[in-house]
Amino acid sequence: MPTLALFPESGTQLAMDAFSLRKCYSAYLPDAPLLVIRKPPRHAAYVRVTHWITTFAFLALLVSGIEIVISHPRFYWGETGNVLMKPLFQIPIPSSRNTVPTGYRYVLPDQNGWSRYLHFQSAWAAVLAGLVYGIAGFLTGHFGKDLVPRQGDLTWNAVRGVLAKHLRSAHDDDAGSYNVMQRITYLAVIFVLFPLIIWTGLALSPMFNAAVPGAVNVLGGLQSARTLHFFVSLFLLLFVVVHIAMVARAGFRNRTRAMIAGALQAEEHS
Amino acid sequence: MSKISRRKLITTGLATAAGVTGLAAAARLAKQYGLAAPDGGGIYGPGETLNYAAQRVLAKNALAREFPHSMISKAPFANEVAPPNNTFKRLQSHGFADWRLAVDGMIARPASHSLADLKAFPVGRQITEVACEEGWSYIAEWIGTPLAEVLNAAGVLPQARYVVYFSTDSDWWDSLDIDEAMHPQTLLAWGMNDGDLPVPFGGPLRIRVPRQLGYKSVKYITGLTVTDSLKHFGKGLGSASPEGGYAWYAGI
Repeated sequence: MPTLALFPESGTQLAMDAFSLRKCYSAYLPDAPLLVIRKPPRHAAYVRVTHWITTFAFLALLVSGIEIVISHPRFYWGETGNVLMKPLFQIPIPSSRNTVPTGYRYVLPDQNGWSRYLHFQSAWAAVLAGLVYGIAGFLTGHFGKDLVPRQGDLTWNAVRGVLAKHLRSAHDDDAGSYNVMQRITYLAVIFVLFPLIIWTGLALSPMFNAAVPGAVNVLGGLQSARTLHFFVSLFLLLFVVVHIAMVARAGFRNRTRAMIAGALQAEEHS
Repeated sequence: MSKISRRKLITTGLATAAGVTGLAAAARLAKQYGLAAPDGGGIYGPGETLNYAAQRVLAKNALAREFPHSMISKAPFANEVAPPNNTFKRLQSHGFADWRLAVDGMIARPASHSLADLKAFPVGRQITEVACEEGWSYIAEWIGTPLAEVLNAAGVLPQARYVVYFSTDSDWWDSLDIDEAMHPQTLLAWGMNDGDLPVPFGGPLRIRVPRQLGYKSVKYITGLTVTDSLKHFGKGLGSASPEGGYAWYAGI
């Protein structure tokens, strides 16, 4: 019974419906064709497409972002900051500019040209994919159904239960839906970190700041926006690392296949 | 399974075709309405053109943030510049009295201005931030001649679309679209923080484009050319920056 194992809730319901439907109607329509029930996909097509666009965009943003930071690995708070001013902190790495005091005797090659081009192009891809995902997510009820914690799940007990299960390394029952910790994390990434990284990034653009000065002023100035952009990107990186580790734990090939093709391969579980 | 795959293949194919057609149509529209960047051709063309087009549509007349006197940086950073050539040194030894700004191209009255000529125009002042693409920044008061004053005096012809500017360093030239050139905050700066513009900061004459990153504010300006096309300047990418791998549009 692979369907039962895969979809303990929705799958059972569907199988039951199909069974009862056929039983009812076959009495009146003895030649009625067998109802074919297609398994619901684990991920809708728009989720899969926007997921992979975001994946490649994130990778490009990460690499180009690191290259850009290397040209000035010092961070400040407030409106202004430069090598003649005291930084909030400095990342102890060499720089691609000889004007930055790093303590290293060498200067790395300048990679900012293509990094900046790639950073903004990938940002456009991520933002457009995010818009499609966000709009489709609301229209299809995806957020309410799949990501907002279920009634009664938002308690410390439920959260503790999820954590305890992970710590015991208990085998995941491969539920067709996300647990409360996953739901909270995904919601935080989609509705907090993603808007924040766009906001703090736009607040680094002198033209955007001319058009919407409040966006950077509220953050405490240009250098504060840059520092916040750096920290939000660290949180996003942390999410991606944990996300990949979790996917690996749940079965990397099968989960990745599900995000490409839509459904888990049933054979492996039957 | 094969049927689904075929259907998916057709759907994906149609979606891709629609996407490519849409992009091509968008590119043509962008060109027609002056939304295409001169370096919008390569693999990073779409991003560059989106940046530039978004600015043209959403922020054409926006003013760069200006700051109170109290926020002027006590430690402005000049960044490094190429060592001055002999022509520059000769001009410097005469207190830049012979410095000239040549104005030519699609204008009614070509001109050559000395610094004194420029200072005779209405003076523009602004306390704005220089933000470098590397991430650092400082605030200074910039005093100079609005570029629009010089261009209006020269009588820009209606077909003009860009203003190209040149410096004593032949490797450092750039251009602005005509709206950015005519923008009230775009300045030919000859003063900084109530004094003459120091040489490390671009003295005696630099352009200030406060709505774009620092590298657009080229130092040691000697010439302006008004044109309808950037094709015949350098490699035709709009400025020296794309030839060095950097974007022509530096508002982000």
